[in-house]
Amino acid sequence: MKLARLIEFLRNRLKTVVWVCMAVLALLVLWDATSVDKSDAHTGLERLPAFWSVFGFIGCALIVIVSKWYGHAGIMTREDYYEEPSGKEEEAGPRR
Amino acid sequence: MNNFWLHPSLILLLGGVLLFLAPARLKKGLLLLAPILVFARILTMAKGTYGTVPFFGTDLTFGRVDALSSVFGYIMALMCIIGTLYGMHVKENAQHATAWVYVAGSLGAIYAGDYITLFLFSEVMAFSSVFLVWFRRRPQSLAAGFRYLLVHVSGGLALLGGMVLHCKAQGSWAFGQLDVAHPTPAIYLILAGFLLNAAVPPLHAWLPDAYGEATFNGSVFLCAFTTKTAVYALCRAFAGMDLLIYLGVAMALYGVVYAVLENDCRRLLAYHIISQVGYMVAGVGIGTEMAINGACAHAFAHILYKALLFMGCGSVLYMTGESKFTELGGLWKKMPWTFVFTLIGGLSISAFPLFSGFVSKSMIVSAGFHERKLWVGMLLMLASSGTFLHTGLKVPYFIWFGKNKPKTEVWNRAAEPPGNMMAAMLIASLLCIFIGCYTPYLYNMLPYPLEALKYQPYTSYHISETLQVLLFTGLGFFLLIKKLKPEALISLDLDWFYRMGGRAFLWLAQKPIQSADTFVGELYRVAGLVPLMFTALLAGRFDNTIIDGAVDGLAESVRGLGRRLRLAQRGEMRQNLALAFAVAAILIVAFLLFVR
Repeated sequence: MKLARLIEFLRNRLKTVVWVCMAVLALLVLWDATSVDKSDAHTGLERLPAFWSVFGFIGCALIVIVSKWYGHAGIMTREDYYEEPSGKEEEAGPRR
Repeated sequence: MNNFWLHPSLILLLGGVLLFLAPARLKKGLLLLAPILVFARILTMAKGTYGTVPFFGTDLTFGRVDALSSVFGYIMALMCIIGTLYGMHVKENAQHATAWVYVAGSLGAIYAGDYITLFLFSEVMAFSSVFLVWFRRRPQSLAAGFRYLLVHVSGGLALLGGMVLHCKAQGSWAFGQLDVAHPTPAIYLILAGFLLNAAVPPLHAWLPDAYGEATFNGSVFLCAFTTKTAVYALCRAFAGMDLLIYLGVAMALYGVVYAVLENDCRRLLAYHIISQVGYMVAGVGIGTEMAINGACAHAFAHILYKALLFMGCGSVLYMTGESKFTELGGLWKKMPWTFVFTLIGGLSISAFPLFSGFVSKSMIVSAGFHERKLWVGMLLMLASSGTFLHTGLKVPYFIWFGKNKPKTEVWNRAAEPPGNMMAAMLIASLLCIFIGCYTPYLYNMLPYPLEALKYQPYTSYHISETLQVLLFTGLGFFLLIKKLKPEALISLDLDWFYRMGGRAFLWLAQKPIQSADTFVGELYRVAGLVPLMFTALLAGRFDNTIIDGAVDGLAESVRGLGRRLRLAQRGEMRQNLALAFAVAAILIVAFLLFVR
């Protein structure tokens, strides 16, 4: 299977792949800062170089942290939570 | 109905019946043929109003073919081909037949020109789609299916109540744009019915519940039809309703939050349906030509990429029997092509340039920015970041890579799925890329094609903006990967209220109500029955002695009176009559003589 071999090839050179990705990110920011026509921007803020990079990165971190906090605040629970307890009857306790 | 108009749903319903009658060797051909015929029928339908049937003083319209219904009909039929191809190897006819009835319901609702037809077909959808959950045949599927059905029946009742009130007030059953600036309670009821089908929080919990529990190919159908038919109905009736903007943005983010927590890949995708439908609902709420175009385009693109994602995860489930991230990992060696297809779906939903989401989602975001609703645009961009985080990164990473090692038997079972499943994924992938690369294909089909063709998604600013958000989200993902590690937990959602509420009701029925019933029974026996028997005894005595005595006495006196009267009677009828006439004659003569 050729595709699997390609993936293996890339996995064996993970460091290089990471460096290439970093270079792409840097180039993207450079391109945005220098030559992108920003007349389509909707707000003044967006004209700052790399505004959307910062937005994406902070947004991603925010989503992960806020969601995990929300989840661990009591929303996440054991997998058999909804299963009917066998044998003795359980009271439907509003536990949230 | 002057001349016969072939409704596309009819082909599917007929095909569904034929499936049970056709010999086994023709079955595969029929499975391909019927959806293709439906697609061909939709391509050849000219714009206009057809299939009008008089019904109790009103007209039912089965075929309103216009720009809006055409684009939805087109993609539904296309999806039916792909979905049927994906599950073609499934032997059980009933599974295909129910899926087709479901699609037929969706097409019927889309081409319906009046509320009655719309309602009937949406009920057909609800009652046929539940089988796609039940056919998985797990005890959990049965329960999830019943919950799905109960929720949808409630939604149907809201729609029914709203439409009856509304149409009685308006004097017409026609289904069209409502007066969203001055909504009446009836309009809100109709809206509630549609919002439930579109899975708008707080009416959304049925979606991950059912879609995560459906058969591997059932979910592929489910993810396309119910919510997008609701989006169509919202486009038709509620364009420009401000409330929808808020709901849409909220649900775009809500889905993202729950997707972070989710451990089951298909439930994660289900939460992302909620998120993506949020964009469409917000588009409908903005209501400008560009926004409605965006909502339709996004629904079109969404059906394809979401089906592709569900097909990818469905393949993993079908082959390995697992859909939880904690049970999967490192499958790239076994299922590399499934990985690539799923990745294409992930890139499309994340709106990467050259993929379908890029040309559709951005229309809605731009419409938000254009209407000077900056917060709409910004929050939808944030949801985009979340979309890529999960569907583009989390799903492929934790199934096909990751540090987790699946159990040996899971690992041994893993392999690329059968050819027809691969073919369906390939077709959907190619379409996702085609739509992203050649925009006129989709844009020409939209309700306002002139406005759509003016829109240019591929500007350097838009490409740079999107790539920055997405790629830096990717950077964030790999930096925060430890925090994102899936946990073998479930997340409570609003279905908690009816799941535990149902249990509380049962408990209430078993415990307090039953004891109350026993208590009342005992009370009745002690305080009711015993005194009652005593009173009955007394009443009996009273009846026997006093009443009977009185009645007997009365009867005795009447008999005595009768006996005496009888003596005055003469035996002969004629004599009696003569006597009577004589008395009458005397009276008349006396009257004439004395009164005059």
